[in-house]
Amino acid sequence: MILQKLKGTWIPLVAIGFGLLAGAIIMLLFGYNPIQGYIALWNGAFENPYFTGETIRLMTPYILSGLAVAFAFRSGLLNIGVEGQVFVGWLAAVWVGTAFSLPAFIHLPLAILAAAVAGGLWGFVPGYLKAKYQVHEVIITIMMNYIALYSTNAIIRNVLTDQGERTDYIAESASLKSAWLTELMEFSNIHFGIILAIFSALFYWYFIEKTKYGFELKAVGFNRDASKYAGMSVKRSIIMSMVISGGFAGLAGAMEGLGTFGYMSLQNSFTNIGFDGIAIALLGGNTAIGVILASGLFGVLKNGALNMPTSAGVPHELVDIITALIIFFVAASYMIILFREQIISMYHKLKHKLSNISSKEGK
Amino acid sequence: MDYVIEMLDIRKEFPGIVANNNINLQVKKGEIHALLGENGAGKSTLMNVLFGIYQPERGQIRVQGQDVNITSPNIANDLGIGMVHQHFMLVDTFTVTENIVLGSEPKKGLKVDIAEAEKEVQRISDQYGLKVDPKALVRDISVGMQQRVEILKMLYRKADILILDEPTAVLTPQEIDELISIMKSLVEEGKSIILITHKLNEIMAVADRCTVIRRGEGIGTVNVNETSTNELASMMVGREVSFKTEKQPAAPKDVVLDIKNLVAKDNRDVDMVRGLDLQVKQGEIVGIAGVDGNGQSELVEAITGLRPSEDGEILLNNQSITNMKPRKIYEHGVAHIPQDRHKYGLVLDYSIGENMVLQTYYQPPFTTYGRLNFNEIYNYAERIIEEYDVRTPNSLTMARSLSGGNQQKAIIGREVDRSPDLLIAAQPTRGLDVGAIEFIHKKLIEERDKGRAVLLVSFELDEVMNLSDRIAVIYEGKIVANVEPDETDDQELGLLMAGSQRQKVGEPQ
Ligand SMILES: Nc1ncnc2c1ncn2[C@@H]1O[C@H](COP(=O)(O)OP(=O)(O)OP(=O)(O)O)[C@@H](O)[C@H]1O
Ligand SMILES: [Mg+2]
Repeated sequence: MILQKLKGTWIPLVAIGFGLLAGAIIMLLFGYNPIQGYIALWNGAFENPYFTGETIRLMTPYILSGLAVAFAFRSGLLNIGVEGQVFVGWLAAVWVGTAFSLPAFIHLPLAILAAAVAGGLWGFVPGYLKAKYQVHEVIITIMMNYIALYSTNAIIRNVLTDQGERTDYIAESASLKSAWLTELMEFSNIHFGIILAIFSALFYWYFIEKTKYGFELKAVGFNRDASKYAGMSVKRSIIMSMVISGGFAGLAGAMEGLGTFGYMSLQNSFTNIGFDGIAIALLGGNTAIGVILASGLFGVLKNGALNMPTSAGVPHELVDIITALIIFFVAASYMIILFREQIISMYHKLKHKLSNISSKEGK
Repeated sequence: MDYVIEMLDIRKEFPGIVANNNINLQVKKGEIHALLGENGAGKSTLMNVLFGIYQPERGQIRVQGQDVNITSPNIANDLGIGMVHQHFMLVDTFTVTENIVLGSEPKKGLKVDIAEAEKEVQRISDQYGLKVDPKALVRDISVGMQQRVEILKMLYRKADILILDEPTAVLTPQEIDELISIMKSLVEEGKSIILITHKLNEIMAVADRCTVIRRGEGIGTVNVNETSTNELASMMVGREVSFKTEKQPAAPKDVVLDIKNLVAKDNRDVDMVRGLDLQVKQGEIVGIAGVDGNGQSELVEAITGLRPSEDGEILLNNQSITNMKPRKIYEHGVAHIPQDRHKYGLVLDYSIGENMVLQTYYQPPFTTYGRLNFNEIYNYAERIIEEYDVRTPNSLTMARSLSGGNQQKAIIGREVDRSPDLLIAAQPTRGLDVGAIEFIHKKLIEERDKGRAVLLVSFELDEVMNLSDRIAVIYEGKIVANVEPDETDDQELGLLMAGSQRQKVGEPQ
């Protein structure tokens, strides 16, 4: 039912409008010119190939982490563990990328596959515990995030390096970057991961909407009892859903490891790719196209915002508040739809009271 | 004459369908006013308009003689209108009191004053003899009790006009009797009731007047003491309806279902089926008669693989299906019309077409190489919809937006159409109108005549008597008697169901 109500596509657009308005008011209050601020934001995202490349580069892992959250959500599961699955995917990709020297057409796919498998395994654990022992997936996935964070750090320090801060660079043959593309986008960090991300979204759509597995997953998400009655294996669906969700998340990690950075360094906190994925999935209504659009929004805001302090003099902190406000408004607009009925009735009550008062005064 | 409610010339459309047109409903103070119509005639829709869930395209509503514009359930509440929906809206894990106060909690500072609320709930419960325990969890109480909670919810909100949408469909005969006396005491206290039901004898028993709608059109209002069940039935369906289905004597052949010494537990780990033996043969309908809670649900769930069998054996065509997975059991030739259509029967957020292949979606032609063939699925669904007279704009419509009775017809169509060796029908006609019941009974007899084995579980003695070739009486988890319908009567069955031994006819025990 909630999904049903979330379908209206015009809402996010109106909400973005409101968000921009709220941001403008904040800027005005602090004495900055909002028009200049937003021009800086826009330019920071699109002004030249370099900025555009960076925007696309930022949105790439978001697409994958958004798909990860959305996929689990479709079968009624909340995968808060995307963050950890990104880490293990990143590490696995870099490991394969540094450990072998192979021809590119084997090396790159192998590294990508390793990331997906690692993320999938990380998703398997909470999926299995949920299916077999009804342990809530949120608790397990949160814990698994910490395990991922600290064990990847330990492996980087003790296994992949000798007390080093970061791994070696991956071999050229495992890299998603290409000299041609880098040059085209004026030496931005863009890489071919975006193509993989778009294909993943296609896969997501096809799997969920067109295959018998998708039919099962959604049925389990909507009504577990009826799925069981219908002869579907609820346990298998739950495990499969978490594994594939983790696979998407692992791919998001590969984007960082094989694309943006080309290595993995010690992390002292989470990357937020996974947590932002929750917001992205929600904004995108858990559909493939919605996730791509929402990732685009995140990419533009995060990248464009970098330009605001230098071009418009708006301080960093304020920029963060403004981008958060825009996202907040989009999310809030969904809440408005969900609680539309209450809001309408409040409005009518108010009107009723007011007309009572005025009619009494009239007498 | 003063009316508490007047709905005049109401029209309500949904995409592709006119659910209400030209309907007038006038309710007097202190009366029980029945609303009668076929499945999908638009009764629930009309009541949802009155309760502010839907806005009508045309028409006027007056409450206590005042023109009103009911745009939300909160406004309906303020006007003293309360509604119990066809499918309950309770939070399983909340207590009775928490469910009742939800949305209008008594506050002590910022905190909800539950103790105060419990006292109030207890007081109202005593006033109308509802016997509800305010502290019980909703998931632990029976369906009949849950319904009283819904009624209490209205009374707590001080409603004077109570809408009950098919309140008796989910109740056992005993619970129905109790509900009827509750309704009578409510009108004595000055409340007015709008009652939707398909059971004509209930209308005859409690209602003062009855308004009939057919396919969305208002047909008229009659005084109940000036009419008969036959007249009501033909007013609503538009033709004569026969209440007793004609059938040839059964010609049972080989044993299809053979249950030996079955033991099964309920969710609280209590033995509910305790060493049960039962046989159903090709070409016969065996009806299970019993008071609710004597192991019927557990028996059905054990046969269909939804619940483990602790002991004993279930044979289908001489092959053991004990503790197989539900899908394997279906593939062996079992179909199951479940008792609870919303919990088990349907995925409400799927289209009605998708629901028609809920068990078979993975087989060709619906799936080839892992890919769903929506053309095949929807063509197949359209055929069932056509054959079983499921009233819906088309098979792409969400199952949620079908009327309750049409959801039920769709499930029956899906299960019967698989033409299984064994068809298990649990409360198959729950919520169906008299015309649809007649049709479904014919279908079940047709299946029997094709040589299928049919196991019927029903709380309605009429249905069991009318349809069965053999009646197996269940008591405390065992079959305590096997009787022929023409050699017994309601009274004897009633006694057997209450656990007394059989003495009158047949084999001495
Ligand atoms: N939300 C909705 N969206 C679309 N169509 C609807 C919706 N609600 C009801 N309908 C359609 O309106 C018609 C009337 O439905 P309604 O639920 O009022 O029937 P009813 O008389 O209560 O039937 P029943 O006895 O089976 O409960 C049906 O054809 C149904 O499919
Ligand atoms: Mg109805």
